[in-house]
Amino acid sequence: MFRRLHDNAATVTITIDGVTTKAAVGESVAAALLASGDPRCRQTPVSGAPRAPYCLMGVCFDCLMEIDGEASRQACMVTVREGMAVKRSPRPAPMTP
Amino acid sequence: MSAATHEADVVIIGGGLHGCSAAYHLAAKGLKPIVLEKNVVARHASSASAGGVRRLGRDPAEIPLAMASLELWHRMGDMLGATGDFRATGQVRVAETEADMAACAARVKLTRSLGYDFERLIDRNELRRLVPAVSPAGMGGIHVERDGYAFPFKATTAFRHKAEELGAVVREGTGVTGLDRRSDRWEVATNAGNFRAPVLVNAAGAWGGEMAAFLGDKVPIEPTALMMMVSERMPHFVDPTVGAISRKLSFKQMQSGTVVIGGGFKGLVDRITELTELNFQHLAQSARNAAAIFPIMKGARLIRCWAGIEGFTPDDLPVIGPSKAAPAAYHSFAFCGHGFQLGPIVGAITAELIVNGKTNLPIEPFRVDRFPAH
Amino acid sequence: MTETVDLAVIGAGPAGMAAATLAAEHGLDVVVYDDNAEPGGQIYRAVETVARDRAKDFAFLGESYRAGAELTRAFRASRARYEPGTTVWLVQKDRTIGISRDGKARMVAAKRILIATGALERPVPIPGWTLPGVMSVGAAQSVLKSAALAPKQPVVLAGKGPLLFLVAAQYVAAGVKIAAILETGARKWDALPHLWQAWSKTNYIGKGLELIRAIERAGVTVVRNAVSDLKAIGRERVEAVTFSADGSPGRIETALLLLHEGVISNVQLTMAIPVKHAWNATQRCWQPVLDARGNTDVDGIAVAGDSGGIAGAEAAAHMGRIAALDALRAFGRIDGPTFAAMIVVEEVAQKRLLAARPFLDALYPPPDTAAAIADDTIVCRCEEVTAGDIRKAVDLGCTGPNQTKSFTRAGMGPCQGRMCGLTVAEIIAAKLNRPMEEIGYYRIRPPIKPLTVGELAALE
Repeated sequence: MFRRLHDNAATVTITIDGVTTKAAVGESVAAALLASGDPRCRQTPVSGAPRAPYCLMGVCFDCLMEIDGEASRQACMVTVREGMAVKRSPRPAPMTP
Repeated sequence: MSAATHEADVVIIGGGLHGCSAAYHLAAKGLKPIVLEKNVVARHASSASAGGVRRLGRDPAEIPLAMASLELWHRMGDMLGATGDFRATGQVRVAETEADMAACAARVKLTRSLGYDFERLIDRNELRRLVPAVSPAGMGGIHVERDGYAFPFKATTAFRHKAEELGAVVREGTGVTGLDRRSDRWEVATNAGNFRAPVLVNAAGAWGGEMAAFLGDKVPIEPTALMMMVSERMPHFVDPTVGAISRKLSFKQMQSGTVVIGGGFKGLVDRITELTELNFQHLAQSARNAAAIFPIMKGARLIRCWAGIEGFTPDDLPVIGPSKAAPAAYHSFAFCGHGFQLGPIVGAITAELIVNGKTNLPIEPFRVDRFPAH
Repeated sequence: MTETVDLAVIGAGPAGMAAATLAAEHGLDVVVYDDNAEPGGQIYRAVETVARDRAKDFAFLGESYRAGAELTRAFRASRARYEPGTTVWLVQKDRTIGISRDGKARMVAAKRILIATGALERPVPIPGWTLPGVMSVGAAQSVLKSAALAPKQPVVLAGKGPLLFLVAAQYVAAGVKIAAILETGARKWDALPHLWQAWSKTNYIGKGLELIRAIERAGVTVVRNAVSDLKAIGRERVEAVTFSADGSPGRIETALLLLHEGVISNVQLTMAIPVKHAWNATQRCWQPVLDARGNTDVDGIAVAGDSGGIAGAEAAAHMGRIAALDALRAFGRIDGPTFAAMIVVEEVAQKRLLAARPFLDALYPPPDTAAAIADDTIVCRCEEVTAGDIRKAVDLGCTGPNQTKSFTRAGMGPCQGRMCGLTVAEIIAAKLNRPMEEIGYYRIRPPIKPLTVGELAALE
């Protein structure tokens, strides 16, 4: 969906759902996700629909992901770090009806 | 405002759960009640409540009412055409020490001696079976089946809608400014017109003390803001509503997956603006209590905290029954943070008192003149 | 002991930076809390990084963006303490502030507070706006600035407002392919009476026309026949956008649809305190009620910049300095004559910039289309509540957003109503045919940003 205008930026290596990905130093996890080719970050709790980052300024809370073991972090507000493990959030197990 | 006086059979002051329940039960008996709500229906305690439908741990005086009310909760769908999202997932109170276990045993012994068997002592294994996510510190406790929780706003609205369907009238934005008894009629002045009826019900919640004073009944009532907090939606991990013996905690995972945490922590209240302010030092204690019983909660994100304005009496019991100072006036207020479960039955009691002049349920402990003069 | 500070500034955009710089220069103990990693706010996002590592990007990001570098430099050079990556989750009337940084929450007691939390993009609830591949125009610009990311395939921009054309022009300058610009609503001739004032006092109009000319020179298709009925089409992600223009249907295949309908004040924090707010019928948003120096009705709490009313970045910096001067005067750090001399400079500049506002407001009137939102369109993205759900709740007797919230869960998700509050209230207002002032807004309760139970539990 997005491409990098520069290919000479300094990079760090992160994993997204276990897949190794290069990210530019200083960018947000959401930016790295958008550049990775698959922008999906989570499934909604209500219907399980896929979502991707929407506002990238901390407002919409659509980019909630598990980052280094911590659930529901706003990927647009977290800067990438070498070795960071990012996971897409699955739909939470629903309550028994 | 309108000079016309609106006539009804009963004027009910307060559009919370208790006012709407009384309206429903009166309308079901063929009367025409009118509910006057200064704000909007279920604005304070009736929507800010944690929604526990609980007999567990109740004051013995309230148990007969709570037993009868629970049956109404279970019949809510048939009665009102809406359940208020009541779910009978049970209630559990967790013991963490030997002293807690002894307190549980004493409590269960007390309710047995009164002739009730709804509370059941549980051991460590049984606690884990019922509440797998409980902290290893949980040693056992008390379990009550058929208790549960409902959605306060929806439960209140269910009573309101059925009452309206049966002919009751609900006026929002209508605050009482004066009460007067003239030729066997109550004249109720409000900011939105005058109302007249032979019978009056005071279901004004935290404002019930002022209404009682209009009637000549003196009730020392302290308006209090009970604080609650709610998490993001979490994967399903607990069914029953959970409390603790020696911690202030009320904990439940709602059908949406969100977790509602309460426990009686108090914020600040401004009765004039009807606004509350939260006390985060107290909420921090509430968070510690929740995390101590449910370690899974440490990483859970809190989305919102709030407080509802509720009236408290010195003996922590509500005021229910006829006015002592005025004729044809009835009280149903100051439920001290545990009136939600009682809503269905107290409305029925009020209707019985008005229509039949008596009720079979023991309401003596809640009489309005029980407080020493102050 | 609770940590104390003279002046706590919330937000490090132009208003916050300008205020903090000036206040610190005159000896106040100033701290700036910013939830971003570096100063600049949204408008000057990552301007330090761009200046340091990829200054050639200023060629497409533009001169008005580069101007942020100077403001940022002055702020960094000042004695104001800067706390990046810091979330403010509570402000109380007694000026207690709850913050969280690196997973640790703490409370700070401020003698004065300046809220400079900027603007949000107005929500654009169209069918399919929750699909991956649909984003806001501001979001796309944010990654263009901060990460030099641009659309891979030809992109569609839809909506209206200065930001939309600015981003389109930045894309054109960066060599990014634009499939089309779909301009919603007709440009309003009502704007013309305000044109001269705007033209003569500011350079906004000249800049705007330049942008549009550059976009047209690049051969970009601009559909400006009052585009309506926008829909994002796709199953797992957006595949196309459909619309109608001049009554005829249109369809463009695209993997990226960017939406924008202007910006509104970010009032989440001021609503949570709460300070007094009023409905701005022209900008169609809620705004805190402020005096000429940005003071709210709560003692010691002021607002500057777009969070107090949309006026743009340059005006925000002046408003920040005006609020800082007021604080300095209150603390006795400057004398009367100095104050008078300094504030007049800011006020004159401020007035000149505000001269363009009536023109822009009239040219790009905010949409009043709540009644037209189809029943099956999601309005609350978090809880997936549709416009029809809200209307049903109104039929059940709900008269305001706090009641529809209880009934439908709209506004109860992690965004805490930021993305749906305005739409939900407008739908209720349209259905009940009542003014927005009567419908009101969500009661915003702290924490205004989610806080973990663990963080709260560790609070002293």
